[in-house]
Amino acid sequence: MSQVIAAMNAEAVNAEAGTDSAVAIVLSRTSLIERIFSVAIPVLMVVLAIAAWQAHITLNQVPRYIMPAPLDVITALGTDWGTLYPSLLVTLRITVLALGIALLGGVGLAIILVQSRWIELALFPFAVILQVTPMIAIAPLLIIYMPDTQSALLTCAFVVAFFPILSNMVAGLKSVDHNLLNLFELYGASRWQTLIHLKLPSSLPYFATGLRIGGGLSLIAAVVAEFAAGSAGRGSGLAFRLLESGYRLNYPRLYAALLLLMGTGVAIFALTSLISWLMLHRWHESAIKREN
Amino acid sequence: MTDLTLTEPTRPGVTAAARLVVSMRNVSKQFSNGTLALKDMSLDVRRGEFLSLLGPSGCGKSTALRIIAGLGAASAGSIDWPSSKINARGLPEGDIGFVFQEPTLMPWQTVWGNVYLPLRLQRVSKSDANGVIMETLASVGLADFTKSYPRELSGGMKMRVSIARALVTKPRLLLMDEPFAALDEITRQRLNDDVLRLWRETGITVIFVTHSVFESAFLSNRIVVMRARPGQVYADLPLVTSAARDEHYRTSEEYRATTDTVSRALQEAIMRGAQAK
Repeated sequence: MSQVIAAMNAEAVNAEAGTDSAVAIVLSRTSLIERIFSVAIPVLMVVLAIAAWQAHITLNQVPRYIMPAPLDVITALGTDWGTLYPSLLVTLRITVLALGIALLGGVGLAIILVQSRWIELALFPFAVILQVTPMIAIAPLLIIYMPDTQSALLTCAFVVAFFPILSNMVAGLKSVDHNLLNLFELYGASRWQTLIHLKLPSSLPYFATGLRIGGGLSLIAAVVAEFAAGSAGRGSGLAFRLLESGYRLNYPRLYAALLLLMGTGVAIFALTSLISWLMLHRWHESAIKREN
Repeated sequence: MTDLTLTEPTRPGVTAAARLVVSMRNVSKQFSNGTLALKDMSLDVRRGEFLSLLGPSGCGKSTALRIIAGLGAASAGSIDWPSSKINARGLPEGDIGFVFQEPTLMPWQTVWGNVYLPLRLQRVSKSDANGVIMETLASVGLADFTKSYPRELSGGMKMRVSIARALVTKPRLLLMDEPFAALDEITRQRLNDDVLRLWRETGITVIFVTHSVFESAFLSNRIVVMRARPGQVYADLPLVTSAARDEHYRTSEEYRATTDTVSRALQEAIMRGAQAK
């Protein structure tokens, strides 16, 4: 097809695109002050809260065995690092492993479930029962039945992280644009091609939601399970260190362990948010700034 | 009812004896809720035709188009493809391009990726496909937008991507289901010009579903008017003009006379459908 027509046509398209294309290309113009504030305000609030805590301890002369000051916690983090760091790794390992298995299992089972209504009906009761049963209630049983404590903890964290991923993926796989499904049928796409090129990418926003919820829950579930395991945990994860420090009235170390758990939670949240942003920011409304 | 003067065809080489591309024989379609969308519809589409299916809402024109495309089987009757190779699904695969009412683009793919889809499903590699994709995108005026995502494009541009995707397999038959109904008048006229140009350049056969008398009269060399309750062919109007179909044609006396004739036929078809209520 001739180049001249193409060039003429491109001109026509540019004219037709009109203001629409201009709007799309304009970058978001958040002012510098607004951007500084959006970082400074949350940071300032956290700093203020810590300062208030330190002031409360210092002014009221609260004894350290009741509540340590922020500086005591920082010091404990340094001196007890040798104990806390291996525990952090144990908790991290369970959390990440549980989330990984939950992602594979959740996405895999969702794909199987949406293939047939009968499979979905057959598995539905188990899904509901497992989801509504509080983990803390079945954790002690799991610790008895599983060959070792680590796999019991892993199972607990997995079960909790698994359902939000499963239910989000099922919803995603079922919400594919019908017109696009028609298009794939029209071009004679195989089941596999439709899954890979249409259903899975179209479910990415749902997957991202499942990932963020599941990521947070897997850490919470790992900690809950460690609490349930109690001394059976035999000096492993951060939750065990929390309990142990509590028994020994070593509150600075307890707070330091708590700080590490919070840090882990924030890191998981940041990482899963980053992953969903990377998956969606080019095309999905949820990751795009509204222009008006 | 038809008193249009028959003059020279707009494209050389298209004669009345041209071979059939697709032939519908006594096709009926009843939906699961009992609605009879089509009853005994027969239609022969000849190679190189630009055929508009025109009719009121609910006359089954979109249903007919979808049945031709293999989306939903006919309840009765047959669809024949006299001059195409047929696959296991009874369709001349890769020989049909379809443009939906909405652009129906994958929002997670760029313009290039969306146009690549039909070839990707045929397992053509990216490097092998690139040439024809770029050529097709240039033919619809989108050569500079290959890396854009659908959300960055205007409605008309999205429709161009959809047309490029339909044409990228170089099909012999292009099916268009009210493609420009949601666009503004100026964009629609521009896209009409482009579709006509592509039709002339490629020799493709087009079946174009519309409810616009003006659009069908501007584009087609044959208008099939349909009636509702039940969906059937009401009138078959050959529309041959010697005039070039450009912006002057839109304001010409001949165009006005054509739209009058087509409007009259459509009015009659609507009345028949209303009487059958």
